[in-house]
Amino acid sequence: MDDIFGIPAPLLFGQLLLGLINGAFYALLSLGLAVIFGMLNVINFAHGAQFMMGAFVAWMLLEYAGLNYWWALILAPLLVGVFGVILERTMIARLYKLDHLYGLLLTFGLGLIIEGIFRNQYGSSGLPYRIPPQLSGAWDLGFMYMPVYRGWVVAVAVVMCIGTWLVIEKTKIGSYLRASTENAALVQAFGINVPRLMTLTYGAGVALAAFAGVLAAPIYSVNPQMGSNLIIIVFAVVVIGGMGSILGSVITGFGLGIIEGLTKVFYPEASATVIFVVMAIVLLARPAGLFGRA
Amino acid sequence: MAAPGFSGTEFRNEEAFFLGFSQAQVVAFVLLIAFLAISPFFLYPVFLMKLLCFALFACAFNLLIGYVGLLSFGHAAYFGMGGYITGYTAKVWGLPPELSIVLGGLVGAALGLVIGWIAIRRQGIYFAMITLAFAQMVYFFCVQAPFTGGEDGIQSIPRGFFLGIVDLSRDMNMYWLTAGVFLAGFLLIHRIVHSPFGMVLKSIRENEPRATSLGYRTDDYKLMAFVLSAGLAGVAGGLKSLVFGIATLTDVFWTMSGEVVLMSLVGGLGTIFGPFLGAAVIITMQNYLAEFGAWVTVIQGVIFVLCVLAFRRGLVGEIGNWLRVRL
Amino acid sequence: MSPPRRHLLAAFGGLAAMPAARLRAQGSTLRIGVLTDMSGPYRDPTGMGSVVCTQQAVADFAGPLGLSVEVIQADHQNRPDTGSSIARQWYDQGVDAIVDVPTTSVALAVSGIARQKNKVFLNSGAASAELTGAACSPNTAHWAYDTYMLAKGTGAAVTRTGGESWFFVTADYAFGTVLQRDVTSFIEAEGGAVLGSVRYPFPATTDFSSFLLQAQASRAMVLGLANAGTDTANCIIQAREFGLARSMRLVGLLMSLSEVHALGLRAAQELLLTESFYWDLNDRTRAFAARVQPRMPNRAMPGAVHAGCYSAVAHYLKAAAALGPSVAELDGAAVLARMKAMPTDDDAFGPGRLREDGRKLHPAHLFQVKTPEESRGPWDYYKTIATTAAEDAFRPMQEGGCPLVRGPAL
Repeated sequence: MDDIFGIPAPLLFGQLLLGLINGAFYALLSLGLAVIFGMLNVINFAHGAQFMMGAFVAWMLLEYAGLNYWWALILAPLLVGVFGVILERTMIARLYKLDHLYGLLLTFGLGLIIEGIFRNQYGSSGLPYRIPPQLSGAWDLGFMYMPVYRGWVVAVAVVMCIGTWLVIEKTKIGSYLRASTENAALVQAFGINVPRLMTLTYGAGVALAAFAGVLAAPIYSVNPQMGSNLIIIVFAVVVIGGMGSILGSVITGFGLGIIEGLTKVFYPEASATVIFVVMAIVLLARPAGLFGRA
Repeated sequence: MAAPGFSGTEFRNEEAFFLGFSQAQVVAFVLLIAFLAISPFFLYPVFLMKLLCFALFACAFNLLIGYVGLLSFGHAAYFGMGGYITGYTAKVWGLPPELSIVLGGLVGAALGLVIGWIAIRRQGIYFAMITLAFAQMVYFFCVQAPFTGGEDGIQSIPRGFFLGIVDLSRDMNMYWLTAGVFLAGFLLIHRIVHSPFGMVLKSIRENEPRATSLGYRTDDYKLMAFVLSAGLAGVAGGLKSLVFGIATLTDVFWTMSGEVVLMSLVGGLGTIFGPFLGAAVIITMQNYLAEFGAWVTVIQGVIFVLCVLAFRRGLVGEIGNWLRVRL
Repeated sequence: MSPPRRHLLAAFGGLAAMPAARLRAQGSTLRIGVLTDMSGPYRDPTGMGSVVCTQQAVADFAGPLGLSVEVIQADHQNRPDTGSSIARQWYDQGVDAIVDVPTTSVALAVSGIARQKNKVFLNSGAASAELTGAACSPNTAHWAYDTYMLAKGTGAAVTRTGGESWFFVTADYAFGTVLQRDVTSFIEAEGGAVLGSVRYPFPATTDFSSFLLQAQASRAMVLGLANAGTDTANCIIQAREFGLARSMRLVGLLMSLSEVHALGLRAAQELLLTESFYWDLNDRTRAFAARVQPRMPNRAMPGAVHAGCYSAVAHYLKAAAALGPSVAELDGAAVLARMKAMPTDDDAFGPGRLREDGRKLHPAHLFQVKTPEESRGPWDYYKTIATTAAEDAFRPMQEGGCPLVRGPAL
C-alpha cells in the first residue's frame, strides 16, 4: 500500500471514515440548533444538556422499563421533545419580544440545572449502555475493522438530516415554517397559529438533540457532562456554517468532522483547537459563515 | 438590533452632581466607600479580597454588555490569562506586585485585541458564541502550555512588597491594595462611560447603523471597549492570583465566563453598582453553598432562570426602579 | 454555642467572623474538616464516601483513645480558590486537620496553607507525587496512592508478566504526560519497549476511535491509558467496540473501583489496574468495608481514597492522643512528626509506616477486572495479579527531591 504524507493509506481511509462518524453527531446537533434558531431566534444553550438527556432516558428506559435500544430510539426523543415543549411554553416563549441574548442566558441556566440534577442523581462516573445485539460486531473492510454500529450511526444521521431538510423544504408545514421565519406577523394574519408552530419547532429541535444522544449512548460513556463538552464545538460549527441554510449546517458538520479526524492523525495535540482555527479563518474571510446570509 | 435594549430601564439623564455621578449615585458611592473601609474589621479579609477581584471582573464585563450591548461569553480567557501572567512574572521573574499586575492587564488587553478584532465582525448571539469558542481555545492553550503548570497551576505565588515597602503578605495590607485597585478600576469605568467615547458606545448599543451614519467608525469604538474590558479583566485576574497565591485552570474555564455573566445579571446589567452587588451575592452564596455540595450548579442555574424571567433589571436595577433613581 | 449554629458559622466562613474571633470549642475538641469534591468529576471515588470513612475512623478510635472529635465537611467544587478559601477559614476557626482534597491544584494550595498556619493536612484524594516530592511539607501526609505508585505498580508488573510492547493513549496535560514518562521508565527497566503514543487534547475529546486505530496499527501488546475518569471509560468502551480488547491488553493507569462499577464488568472485564486497597483483600478489609458500607452513598463499597481517609484519620487520632489533644491543636508539625514516629496499623491497609517526606507506605496491588462469569455478585470485581511490597511500591525518598529529607544546607 502507498503512503500519503507518511501515513499508510489504509490508516488514512480509516481515519476519514471515523471523522465522518463524528461529523454525523456535529451535523445532527447543529441541525437542531439551526432549526430552533431559524424559527425562534434563540440559541439553545441547553442543547448539550438535552443531548445528554436523550442518552440518559435511553438508559432509564432500559433500566426501569426494560425497553431496549429500538424503543429508546423512538421514545427518548419523544419524551425529551415533550420536555422541550414544556420549557418553551412556560419559559422561553416569554422572551420572544426581548433581546435574543436573554434566550441564550435562559437556556444556559436551564442547561446548568439539567446537568446538575443528573449529576446529583446518577453521579459523574457514567453509566454503561450496550450496543444492541443486532448492530454489534464489525465488518472487515480490508483497510480497517469497522464496527457495524458506527456505520449505522452515519446512515441514520444522513437519513435524519435529509428527512429534516425534506420536511422543511417540501411539506406544507415546512413552508409555513419558512414563511414565518421571514415574516411571522404576515403568516399569523393568514390564520396560521405561529406560536404553536414555534413550540413544535423547539420540541422538534430538542428531539433531534435527544435522538443524537440515544445514538451516542452505546459508544460514549453516558455521563452528565457528555453534552457540555460537545456543545461549544457545535457552536463553532454553527458559526462556520452560518445559520442561513439547513443543508449548510449539515454539510459543515460532516466536513468539520473529517477535518478533525485528519488532524487526529497528523497532529493530535491540535485536534480540539482545529475547529476554532477554522472558525477564525472563516470569520476573517466570510463573516456571515460559509452558507450564511449577511 | 430590533429588540429593546439589553439593559435596565432607561431614566432621564439626570444632572451630574459630583464626579459625573447623580445625587443617588453619590449616596450609593459613599455607602460603597464606607463598606470598603469598615468591612475588613468585621469580615474575613481574604473573602473580601476575593469578592473585590470578582467585582472588578464583573465591572469590566459589564462595560461591554451594559454599555455597548455586546455579550461576551469568553471573558474567563482574559481573567485567567491575566492571573497566569501576574503569577508567573511575580514568581519566576520576581517582579514586584504592581508591575506584575500591570503586565497581567496588558496581556489581557492584548489577547482582547486579537480576539475582539475577529469577534466584532458579528453581533448579538454570534458574538457570544464566537467569544466562547475563542475562550475555549485559550483554555486548551493553557492546559498544554508549560508556563501555566497545566492542571497543577502556578502555586505559591509570592505577594511581595508593594512599591518595595509595604509587606503584602499581611492580609490587611493586601486588602487595602485590592480595594484601591478595585476603586481605581470602578472609577475608570465610570469615567469611560460618561466620556464622549462612552456616549458613542451607548449610541452603538441603541442603534448601530445610525451611529455609523453619523460618521462614527463603530468597529473601532467596539474594539476599543473590548480591549479596555479585557485589560481590566486581566488586572482582576492578576490581583486574584496574588491574593490566593495560585493561578489555575478554573479561572480560564468556560464556567467562569458563565459566572461573570451571572454576577452582572444578578446585580443589574448596565448599572454602575450592579456588578459589585452581583459579585457580592454570588461569592457569598458560593461560600455558603460549599455545605450543600452538589446542588451548587443547580442553584446557580435557577438564579439564572429567575433573573432572566422575572428580574431582568437585577438587584440594583430593581432597587433603582423602586426608588425611581438611576444607580 | 450549640452545635448546629457553630456548623452554620463554619459554613458561612467569610461572613462569620474575624480570624481573631476563634470558634474554639470548650475544652479540647479536635476538629477534622473533610474538604472534597461533591459536585464534580471525582465525587464518586471521593466525595461523601470520604466523609463517611472519616466519621468511621472517629467512631472506631476517638472513644477508646478518650478524644472528643468533631467532623465537618465542604465541597471545594474542584476550584483552587474556593478550596483555599475554605481551608484558610477552617484553620483560622479552629479546624485542626483537613482530610482528602482530590484535585492536585487544590491539594497543593491546601498543603501550602497548612504549612503557613502549622496545621495538619492528610491528603488521600489527590494523585500527584509532587506532594511528597519538591512540594513536600512538614504538615502534609499523603495516603492511599500517587502517580509514581501507579506507574510502578502497573508498568513494571505488567511488563514482567509478558506485556513487553506498549502503546500509550495519553491526555495532553501534566498528569498524563508525567504518568506516561514514569511508566515508560519502568517498562524499559524491565526490558520492554514503547512502540508509540498519541497525546490527545484534554478535556475536549470524547471520540477515541482514531487514536485506538493508531494503537492497533502499532501492533503493540499492551494499550496503556494515561488518562483519568470519563476519558478512560470512553477509551475502554470504544476499545471493546473496535475489537482492540481481543488483540491487546488494556491497562488503565488511573482507575478506581467506582469507575469499574460505573463501566460495568462487560466493558471493563480483563482490564489491568493498580490500587492500594480493595475491600475484598483479606478479613480486615472485609470487616472495614462491612462497617462503612451501610452508610456509603448508594451503599457502594469503599474505594482506595475512602480507605485512605479512614486510615489517615485513624493514625492522626492515635498520634494526637499520644501527644495530648491540647498540644495537637497548637502544633500541626508536631502531630505529623509523631505520626511519622509511630508505626501505622488499621483494618484498611494493615501495618505500615509514614515516611519522613510524608509518604504513607503500604503495598500496591495489580488487579485484573473479573469477567461477568467470574464475578460472584455486586462489587466482586477484582482478582489480584501481583503485589508490590510496601517499601518498593513508592518512590525512593532520595529521588523525590523533598527538601525535608535532604538534610540542612546543601
